[in-house]
Amino acid sequence: MYGGHVRIDKDLVAASATPLVLGILSEGDLYGYAILKRVAELSGGRMEWTDGMLYPLLHRLERLGYVSSSWGTSDAGRRRKHYCLTAAGRELLSERQEQWTVVADALRQVWQTAQRPILADGMA
Amino acid sequence: MSPQAELEDQIDTWRGYVQRRQAISLADVDELEDHLRGQVADLAATGLDDGEAFLIAITRLGNLDAVSREFAREHSERLWKQLALVPADPDSGAGHAWHELAVVLALAVGAGAALKAGGTWIHGSAAFARNAGLLVMPFVAAYFVWRRRVSTRVIVALLIAFAALATVLNVYPYASGGSTGTLAALHAPVIGWLVVGVAYVAGRWRSDARRMDFARFTGELAIYFALLAMGGGVLVGLTSGVLSMIGTDVQPVMQDWVLPFAVPGALVVAAWLVEAKKNVVENIAPVLTKIFTPLTIVMLLTVLAALATAGGLSNVNRDLLIVMDAVLILVECLLLYAISARDPLTRVGLFDALQLVLVVAALAVDAVMLTAMVTRIAEFGTSPNKLAALGLNLLLLVHLVGTAWATIWFLRGKRPFASLEHWQTRYLPAYGAWAAIVVVAFGPIFGFA
Repeated sequence: MYGGHVRIDKDLVAASATPLVLGILSEGDLYGYAILKRVAELSGGRMEWTDGMLYPLLHRLERLGYVSSSWGTSDAGRRRKHYCLTAAGRELLSERQEQWTVVADALRQVWQTAQRPILADGMA
Repeated sequence: MSPQAELEDQIDTWRGYVQRRQAISLADVDELEDHLRGQVADLAATGLDDGEAFLIAITRLGNLDAVSREFAREHSERLWKQLALVPADPDSGAGHAWHELAVVLALAVGAGAALKAGGTWIHGSAAFARNAGLLVMPFVAAYFVWRRRVSTRVIVALLIAFAALATVLNVYPYASGGSTGTLAALHAPVIGWLVVGVAYVAGRWRSDARRMDFARFTGELAIYFALLAMGGGVLVGLTSGVLSMIGTDVQPVMQDWVLPFAVPGALVVAAWLVEAKKNVVENIAPVLTKIFTPLTIVMLLTVLAALATAGGLSNVNRDLLIVMDAVLILVECLLLYAISARDPLTRVGLFDALQLVLVVAALAVDAVMLTAMVTRIAEFGTSPNKLAALGLNLLLLVHLVGTAWATIWFLRGKRPFASLEHWQTRYLPAYGAWAAIVVVAFGPIFGFA
């Protein structure tokens, strides 16, 4: 959302968006903008999402039955759509968690053995 | 303008812009707006003014094309226009839609009951044929009276028109098997339908635009009715197939009960469908005219060649003349729907020229037919049938000549397209007038033979 120093690759954003959204919703029901604020909070403002893309993603998760939605009203009295994790969503989340743990584990190990800054061109 | 009002204004403009995207539904726009407002409020809290906050929020929402593509990928069904007859969303006027559905169903059942009652109580199939249209059409008219909240004055006029038509059709002592009775049965629906038209335009029958609307409505109605009839035919066929295999003969029930209710009911329901879909789904009649105009030209030219090689025109028999009348009426309908759908502001194109070719070919066919008719009348004398056919052909001839004339002026850029439209809509009542002459005057003139 907020451009930080690290730009995260588009594909990586796409791959992590689903588990991130499901994870955020597992903390409690939220509406779209609040989900994005939470993403910003969690990444310290370094994950750059196109805000509008969150909604098609939420709608897809809803169609697949991982989240459900309901219309409520905001404090200002406007229509606001809230999303809530379903049982199937919880299942998917735990599945994704396992997968990401494996990936993160493997990455951590490879980072350690490969002795961090390898800058061949000497641009350190 | 206060900053608050300015922001509201900007959000309104943005909403209008987003709503034009087919893949983004109204509910999605609400959701995105909620997001936008949340973002603007948060940014404003950091010290930005509303205008700046709005700009940043919009930018973060992302490129609208890309976002709407993403929505389209998720909701591909939205790219197909959906006709929601009764809105699924409870707070968007569904109550009214259900009310309308109830009215439509009541009128459909009423039309069926009227036709069934007519079939039971009117003696003789000829008398029933004369009255069939009159038993159904008032229900279609009633739907528009209800829908358009037509004034009492117009309602009285409609009732008088239907009553007058009914009186003529039933008081005249038509001879059984006579042609004046058959002619009246054929021409009465034309008058009846124009009366329905008066209800459709809510009494504003002098307006060219309203008349054209009624022409469009009629074309769409014919297509929707045909679709309903086909679907109904499949259902009826399958049902009787299954039942006859079990050994139940459903033929009498189908003839006596299902058809008398289904056909008029379908007409009322089709009228409602056309009315409901008006703004939502593209008109299909004009699309069909684009396909059939070139094909009809080929057909007319083939017919002309066949007539030319067939030898003497006096050999042309009566059935052929009737079929050719039907062809010419079809051509008129093609022209009318092509004209009704054309955007008056677009420039002259190939299709306009093609239309002129169609008119000229139809004129040639009509001229051949008129010659054949005059020859027949000179040879065998006149009869109600011949006179009715002659009148109709003259009517078509004038219509075609006028259309050709207006099309030529339009093609040469000397007159706007509207003059061609006006010629069509102003000529329509002439068909009603001729039908009225046939129904009212032919009986007495020919001694109801």
